[in-house]
Amino acid sequence: MPIFSYLVIPTTGAIDQLYDELTAIPWCEVMVAENKEIIILVTDTPDAVTETELQKQLKELPSLQSMSMTFGHNDDNQPGKPRGDYEV
Amino acid sequence: MKFNRRSFIKGAATSSAIAAASAIFPGISFADWTKQEGASGMITWKKAPCRFCGTGCGVLIGVSGDRAVAVKGDPNCSVNKGLCCVKGYHSVQALYGKDRLTKAQVRRNGAMVEVPIKEALDIIAARMKETIARHGKDAVAMYGSGQWTIPDGYVASKLFKGCLGTNNLEANARLCMASAVTGFMTSFGLDEPMGCYEDIDHANVFVTWGNNMAEMHPVLFSRMLANRKRRNNVEIIDLATRTTRTSQAADKAILFRPQTDLAVANAICYEIIHNKWVNQDFLNNHVSFHKGKTNIGYGTEDHFAFTDTEEAISFADYQKFLEDYTPEKVEKISGVSARDIKYLASLYGDPTKKVTSFWCMGMNQHTRGTWIQNLVYNIHLLTGKISTPGNSPFSLTGQPSACGTVREVGTLTHALPHGVVTNDHDREMAAKIWEVPVSNIDPKPTYHTVEMFRALDRGDIKFMWIQVTNPMVTMPNLNRYRNGVLKDDRFIVVSEVYPTPTTDIADVILPAAMWVEQEGMFGNSERRTQHFARIVPPPGEAMSDTWQLIEVARRLGFEKQFPWSEDEHIGKIWEEYRRFHEGPKHNMAPYTVLLERPGVMWPFVDGKETRWRFNPKHDPACTNGKDFDFYGKKDNKAWIWARPYEPAAEAPDAEYNFWLNTGRVIEHFHTGSMTRRIPILHQAMPSSYVELNPEDAADLGVVNGEMVKIISRRGAVTMPASINGRGVPPRGMVFVPFFDDSYLINEVTLDAFCPISKQPDYKKCAVRLEKA
Ligand code: SF4
Repeated sequence: MPIFSYLVIPTTGAIDQLYDELTAIPWCEVMVAENKEIIILVTDTPDAVTETELQKQLKELPSLQSMSMTFGHNDDNQPGKPRGDYEV
Repeated sequence: MKFNRRSFIKGAATSSAIAAASAIFPGISFADWTKQEGASGMITWKKAPCRFCGTGCGVLIGVSGDRAVAVKGDPNCSVNKGLCCVKGYHSVQALYGKDRLTKAQVRRNGAMVEVPIKEALDIIAARMKETIARHGKDAVAMYGSGQWTIPDGYVASKLFKGCLGTNNLEANARLCMASAVTGFMTSFGLDEPMGCYEDIDHANVFVTWGNNMAEMHPVLFSRMLANRKRRNNVEIIDLATRTTRTSQAADKAILFRPQTDLAVANAICYEIIHNKWVNQDFLNNHVSFHKGKTNIGYGTEDHFAFTDTEEAISFADYQKFLEDYTPEKVEKISGVSARDIKYLASLYGDPTKKVTSFWCMGMNQHTRGTWIQNLVYNIHLLTGKISTPGNSPFSLTGQPSACGTVREVGTLTHALPHGVVTNDHDREMAAKIWEVPVSNIDPKPTYHTVEMFRALDRGDIKFMWIQVTNPMVTMPNLNRYRNGVLKDDRFIVVSEVYPTPTTDIADVILPAAMWVEQEGMFGNSERRTQHFARIVPPPGEAMSDTWQLIEVARRLGFEKQFPWSEDEHIGKIWEEYRRFHEGPKHNMAPYTVLLERPGVMWPFVDGKETRWRFNPKHDPACTNGKDFDFYGKKDNKAWIWARPYEPAAEAPDAEYNFWLNTGRVIEHFHTGSMTRRIPILHQAMPSSYVELNPEDAADLGVVNGEMVKIISRRGAVTMPASINGRGVPPRGMVFVPFFDDSYLINEVTLDAFCPISKQPDYKKCAVRLEKA
């Protein structure tokens, strides 16, 4: 059940569109800076599969120029990975 | 608002983002900020340095109960000001892989069986005693790491050099930093950068010399990009042998043929002198000129020995030497156009521009690694662009404590915590602090890393203890060294946190505490010592490497030298170690100061850190009354070296027609034994690949993902092709990341090294390719 936060930079002039698109995605909470074109995004997904899907969805948003992660959390028990076969 | 643990963690995530935004965009405001404050009690936050590269970002680790559950960048740490990279943010998950080693194991009748750790420690001590009795003290060896904490390395040095009396102590930093050390020593007489990361906030020009900072030092690279965005007079030039993410983000990317950086650096110097861009005042007062031996070999044969000799030359001699390196001549050698060479020289030569050069493995893992460091220093010395904010030749490190543990503690065969074993005074100092007879400390160095593994193969070494490193993935020409360790009467102890190809060959495995499961210190690239407490308990019987060494030392009869209690040992070790560095040139901060701060730079004098060494405005060790004092050398000068271009040890030919270059990726640290157990990093980069130039791939008839066999004179590996991926090599070169032990690319690489530093070159050997 990972929680991450990111600084998100929209493509030029697309901050409103990006805000709308991010708030429409389940698992996403956003906070917009008052005086800069920057959005804080906090994601909270129930499992690794949803997290992967969300990452893919975020990467495909045309209004999103770049994201830098600022926080990572995961308190699930992690699988060990036998070497040479790192199935997660 | 309903407030539960999860909403608290989300609050922490938001606070962390706000802190990072404030660091990058001063004055930024968020209306909802106040809602994030005041939440506490569910997670406690403890400071530590990140463990996944030499940048040394400060992190705050969120602990819930006995478990580390979250990470955020430490806004109080000047290194990263609240930012981290993807490895840092996920770092605590590396503690919790299901296959953590929690019990000691001993090989019996060919199979590993679990034993109480005390029994394993007894076996190790008994085996060491027996080996020394039968074969002499130089038959036992220790191989450590730039991921060792400073106390780990210190007790290893004290035990092996001070008590057992053998110089068979090496660390994997030989494979990553040795050329940086010999570069500093030959040019300045003292190790480690004169500048600090603050240079990034002052420089106008950044030149990355074979250094993919976007992936390997991403937080520093972000700081460069943020400066470029904030100031309109900043440019980044990437000088590399393949196109990387750094090249893509740079203002200009220049490709040179492997090994020819030597010629390019000399051509820049030629051009600076030719155009009268030399800082004559600086040169007259602070620089002397020298030359050494040439045609110095490559060390591919056992017992290879080399000692350089130094000869003073004049500026006129140096100028004459550079005549072989006109931009036009060097264009032919390097493939870099004379125009680009002149452009680079004009940036270094422009007195209005502050220039910082960054490098890491591209210049270090080089059969002329020492020389290329000297040559880049030459550029900065000719122009006087050194030791002032923004003017910095800056050697970066790859491991969290390559500087702190290996270079400062001196965990290499020739070194001591202060100075070298060959120096009477340095041995006397060590003997006094360690309370051992000076005759215990052998004045003769034994084996550097490659030669140490050769000695193990030959049988000159019978016992080796390996801590915090994975040589059965990382040794070049790996087949030879794996065959060596597997020979019948060799005994290998491995202290590790997860199973690896190195634990596979062990006779005893000790489960190790990892990172914040123990107290310790790291030292990063900018001379910053960073303390971390034991924040969470280690699993099972896992024990810190420091304490493992102390337990064995006591079993060997050295209770007097290792008297500390488990509660206090790190503080006591630090205060003992600090005695080696007393004085304004290297004074280290007291333990109590380290506890309070997210890192302290040395020299730490009268309560103040030294940000720019050799500059009297910043460095209290300067005493000559001039504007700079290069006090590391006896002549109080920095040394310019005439070092020629010489070819690589092995280059493509008709049979093996490609260069092989190896390296890392942003998602994984070194051999991936920790980061591959972090689900999100593993998913992002699950396996290794061979990067090919698209035209070479077309000639070979392979498309993305198809298997390619890479064959050298030493071995072969078959792995999937990556075409137009994140990196693109030029025609005639392939690149392979080494993080994936399913594809042991070091079975293919060559164990040639720089004859001065003895650091192997992982960036250049010859291979041929087949579609598999
Ligand atoms: S840049 Fe290096 S030190 Fe900083 S967070 Fe990333 S891996 Fe850790």
